[in-house]
Amino acid sequence: MITLNHYLLVAGVLFAIGLAGVVARRNILTIFMCLEMMLSAANLTLVAFTRFHTPVGVPDYSAQSLVFFTITVAAAEVAVGLAIIVALFRARQSVSVESVTKLQG
Amino acid sequence: MPSLLFYFFAAITLLFGAGVVLARNPVASAMSLVVSFVGLAALFISLDAYFIGTLQILVYAGAVMVLFLFIIMLLDIKAEELKKGNVMPIVGGVFLAALFTFQVVTVLDGFKAGDKPLPALDLAKAAEAPELAKMPSITNDLKAGSLPDAKLMGLTLFKDYPLHLQIVGLLLLAGTVGVVVLSKRDRKEEEA
Repeated sequence: MITLNHYLLVAGVLFAIGLAGVVARRNILTIFMCLEMMLSAANLTLVAFTRFHTPVGVPDYSAQSLVFFTITVAAAEVAVGLAIIVALFRARQSVSVESVTKLQG
Repeated sequence: MPSLLFYFFAAITLLFGAGVVLARNPVASAMSLVVSFVGLAALFISLDAYFIGTLQILVYAGAVMVLFLFIIMLLDIKAEELKKGNVMPIVGGVFLAALFTFQVVTVLDGFKAGDKPLPALDLAKAAEAPELAKMPSITNDLKAGSLPDAKLMGLTLFKDYPLHLQIVGLLLLAGTVGVVVLSKRDRKEEEA
């Protein structure tokens, strides 16, 4: 029997994997991909809650609209983020986070 | 049978998600992420969110990941080498992930409201809803016993959140302009 908690657990573990990737990896592109994974995990939580909350017999589409907006914002974020990474690569010839330490105290 | 499919797609999502973090080569990471997103889209569809599931495949697995692959190939990135200074971040990342997972499991263990099976959709009841009375295209689908997911999604977006939709459109425009500005080479830089 699949319950809401099953879906929430999958979303939580996916978020944890993304978190581990963001902290552990040194490649900016991989970090960025892990960020996308964390965003998607949050989306899964939203969609799961929609499906298990059916006041009029169909899923609550307000939350699915929020997921729609999240996906759109994530797409814009990826475009801008990748442009920044390309600019960074032009300046440093590297995509390692260790090559960007100017703000480090 | 649906529970088997749930475990199958959940396993695909999580295993390939782990592959993203573990793969040394960024191209392998990107390909794992594509498969992970396809698994996630299947989970969305198992939750009757057909539109969101389709969007996940089209936007994430399609557009976003192709953009990632383009950039990876454009920059010609070599596989990451394991250096000595890398041990602390890995320990920290694994510790944080374990802590977060432990927290989620603890919270879900006490979350009794989430311990219920998937409620059946009541399409006949939804067809009687007053806000859908003037939407024959939707009520006919509901009476015929199929969930008009994309239609209901569009109705919600354009009836309840039209301003938000326009703001998001403006954001996409701003993003496009931002990308063009960011990737334009500085003229002074070229002369130098």
